[in-house]
Amino acid sequence: MELTPQTELALGKAEKLPMGKLHVAQYGVAAVLLILSIGLWRLEVVSADNFRAMAEANRIRKVPVMAPRGRLFDREGRLLVDNYPSVSCYILREQIKNLETDLPMIASGLHLTVDQIEGALKKYQSAPKYQPIPLKQDITPDEQAFIEAHRNELPELETLEEQRRVYPRGGFAAHLIGYVGEISEEDLNKEKYAFYNPGDVVGKSGVEATYDALLRGVDGSRDVIVNSHGKEVGHLGETMAQPGKDLKLTLDLDVQMAAEKAMEGKNGAVIAMDPHTGEILALVSRPTFDPNQFAIRLSKSYWNEILTNPNHPLLNKAIQAQLAPGSTFKIIMSYAGLQEGVAQLMHVPCNHGATFYGHYFSCDRNHGMVTIDNAIPYSCDTFYYTLADRLGIDTIARYASSVGIGQKTGIDLPDEATGTLPSTAWKMKTFHEKWYAGETISVGIGQGAVTASPIQLARALSGIASGGVLRRPHVVFPDEVPADELQAIHETFPGSGEKTIPLSTQNWQIITDAMYSVTSAPIGTAYMARLEGVDFAGKTGTADVVSGRDRSSKNKDTIPNAWFVGMTPRRNPDIVVAVLWEHGYWGNNSARLASGIINAYVTKQRKRDNNIKIAEVAPAPVAPEATTSKDDSPKRPTAEVSN
Amino acid sequence: MFRLSSYRDFDWVLLGFVCVLSVISVLEIKSATLHTKFHGFDHKQIAFLGAGLLLMFLISMIDYHRLIDIVPWAYGISIFSLLAVKVAGQKVLGARRWINLGGGVHFQPSEWVKLVLIVAVARYFWNLAGRDLTWPDIGKAAALVCVPMALVLTQPDLGTALTYSPILMAGLFLGGIRLRQVVIIGLALLLVGGIAWKSGKRLKPYQQARINAFINPDSDPKGSGYQIRQSLIAVGSGGIWGKGANKGTQTQGDFLPIPYTDFIFAAFCEEHGFVGAMGVLLIYFLILMRLIQNAQTAADLPGTYIIMGVVAVITFQIAVNIGMVVGLMPVTGIPLPLMSYGGSSVLFTFLALGIVMNVRMRRFVN
Repeated sequence: MELTPQTELALGKAEKLPMGKLHVAQYGVAAVLLILSIGLWRLEVVSADNFRAMAEANRIRKVPVMAPRGRLFDREGRLLVDNYPSVSCYILREQIKNLETDLPMIASGLHLTVDQIEGALKKYQSAPKYQPIPLKQDITPDEQAFIEAHRNELPELETLEEQRRVYPRGGFAAHLIGYVGEISEEDLNKEKYAFYNPGDVVGKSGVEATYDALLRGVDGSRDVIVNSHGKEVGHLGETMAQPGKDLKLTLDLDVQMAAEKAMEGKNGAVIAMDPHTGEILALVSRPTFDPNQFAIRLSKSYWNEILTNPNHPLLNKAIQAQLAPGSTFKIIMSYAGLQEGVAQLMHVPCNHGATFYGHYFSCDRNHGMVTIDNAIPYSCDTFYYTLADRLGIDTIARYASSVGIGQKTGIDLPDEATGTLPSTAWKMKTFHEKWYAGETISVGIGQGAVTASPIQLARALSGIASGGVLRRPHVVFPDEVPADELQAIHETFPGSGEKTIPLSTQNWQIITDAMYSVTSAPIGTAYMARLEGVDFAGKTGTADVVSGRDRSSKNKDTIPNAWFVGMTPRRNPDIVVAVLWEHGYWGNNSARLASGIINAYVTKQRKRDNNIKIAEVAPAPVAPEATTSKDDSPKRPTAEVSN
Repeated sequence: MFRLSSYRDFDWVLLGFVCVLSVISVLEIKSATLHTKFHGFDHKQIAFLGAGLLLMFLISMIDYHRLIDIVPWAYGISIFSLLAVKVAGQKVLGARRWINLGGGVHFQPSEWVKLVLIVAVARYFWNLAGRDLTWPDIGKAAALVCVPMALVLTQPDLGTALTYSPILMAGLFLGGIRLRQVVIIGLALLLVGGIAWKSGKRLKPYQQARINAFINPDSDPKGSGYQIRQSLIAVGSGGIWGKGANKGTQTQGDFLPIPYTDFIFAAFCEEHGFVGAMGVLLIYFLILMRLIQNAQTAADLPGTYIIMGVVAVITFQIAVNIGMVVGLMPVTGIPLPLMSYGGSSVLFTFLALGIVMNVRMRRFVN
């Protein structure tokens, strides 16, 4: 045994060691470790699954992979709308460490204002925290570089490659194609958008809206492993994005171009349709807008410009204008009068008008004795006042309704207008008043309470010219669309659709021949718009926008709207073109626009026919002279019209 | 000089357990810093451990009675060094805790003071041995500990300051405090604490936030609650067997805050699971029991007091650190002895163990 030296302090000690207390200490230590063990047991054994899920949620982030939107082509496969890759900046709210100091930094780096960022954050307040918020779309390379350079200071910024829309320039076919934009809160609450998320890009109008479900495809996602700074350190798996379906539109680029050109600098609309099928060949509405401006963040000034424009650039006038059809309505009147057996018996003396129910109703000329055959080319008001009086409003309404006036046509574009078709029941329902027989007179010439859209008139008049077969107008080939989707679209856009109305062969011939006289006979109101060698028929309309004709007025707003519905050939037409030129002064002006479009169509068809003939018939060189080549429609009897 | 005691009497068993834990520590530090800029800290830890072992053997050679003799001087130097830190200390993360000694060596006096306090308290209570503690005795003991504690607290370093309290408590307990006195002190502390909490001015905002986060970790997942939340996820997701070495997603993905120091046990739990954690707790248990056994066999009262002081500090640090990691305690920033990375912590622990060895080697007196 060794002895250790003692210090002077140790000398006096002889105490007992506190053994009991050391045992207490042992138990104390054991108790501490036991409590810690229980804590570990609770976490690692009892709630392990829960925490494991949280750990996975921590490190695995779902990065959406945007599906490219389906492209749009014209009927011949010519590209109309494409996508281009672009980078957008998102903010991840979970990663924000200090909003107050970060905001000015982000604002200056992305060339935004602090208010804009706060606005974006506010807009998505109700969205789940983990969801990235779009901050700026289509960012520039230097903005991308800013985000990359500040990964550590601003881990909340995230970039994402997306596909963006490129639309034709200058608002070409803008109303038909439509545009896309971020889904609105209002839309999110609708049943149609039940599976959409805030921030999703959706079609807002036109084909983009109607066929959004097909065009959008299905976004994929990548599961990436991130560290606490959100930096990607690996990746697990990928769900491929399913690209949206490319759609072939019924639009014919050549006809559309002719229609766009015709409407340059004017207000109004053009619609061209194949009456055999209801395929829309051209759709123009003026003024137009540039959908490309909507595809990226819309600038305030452009938006204001569009909103304050008195001519409503966003309105698709081809299907949304509800205006008095004017004399184009006389074709529907003739159909009613002939089918009722009234019109063919009428011989009406026209002397600048006539008196009905104590009121004088004027006609623009002294037409002499007018029958159904020359009433249409003359566009004699006196004849149709008389016819309207004989038929009565409810008979007119019945026939007009049968050709789709006062109802939607069911075209596959959003927000089609219904128009107005007056009747005794309509007036009772709308104004709680009875109909006065005197009110019927102006309806006979497409004035008064009756209003219609270009698409309605194109379909009604071409339906009559097709012997009573009316089609549902559409802009996408039905065989491009799955059956259930087509069904859903038909239900979303109800209308009079496909129907056949009774029209005797004789009456059909009378009306169509008279419509041919409109453009071919020197007495016709659209004689100036005639096309040599083309079986071009139609009907003008000069619709007053204020009561009482005031064509001399300097006030542009009182100048009548110029209508023309033209088609070729006159019976079973291959194309119908309805032109609405707001304040176009005189129906004949629209007729010239329509004849230009029809001519473009006919020329194109003939070139095609010639090409086939070269292959079929002879190797001899053929000069494709549109005007002299044979009319591609079967020979029909021409109208016999007396002046 | 006196004769060296035999190294047969050195506590090799204790040293064995300590070395096992040190190896685990180094491996976990390596894993936790694998993909970070702190890569290589495991090598530095090995260096610290080597220095610690050396110091342990050195201090075991000096008779602990000699240490008790010089402790008044050491105490004075401690107070002086703490004051020096306040004046000349290096500001790191908003607190003055370090003195830069040049050549990349930083010295944290508050760790070293812990050791001085253990010996000082042992000396104090030894001098009182044999009689019941009076209120002035208790007051003087409290002052002995509270003066350096207050200096550390104002650095500010709440965590280290708190580790001084178990030294006082162990001293009072072994020194013979009576239950009545404990109850009175307890009530008084409760009252003072209550008033302080009400006024809310005694705690720094970050300290208040830590306590709030402890009470409700989900209240602010990106702020103060973040550390606790990530720690709970790390531990819990480890499950029974753990995710495997270097495979903890929380640790490797940098979600777990400072996984090589204060939260090293969370990192270990994530990678080695409940089984691994229980293994580490078992080693701690064996070490602490071995220490208490040495306290029982000590030759005299100061030896017992010194060892129990060491036991109190280590147990306290284990309780607070692991308690924090498993969500039973608020975040205080106290390192886990023998596991956390850090030179000051390692040197303190090995010096403390060296004094324990010292006492053990001199147990067969009289």
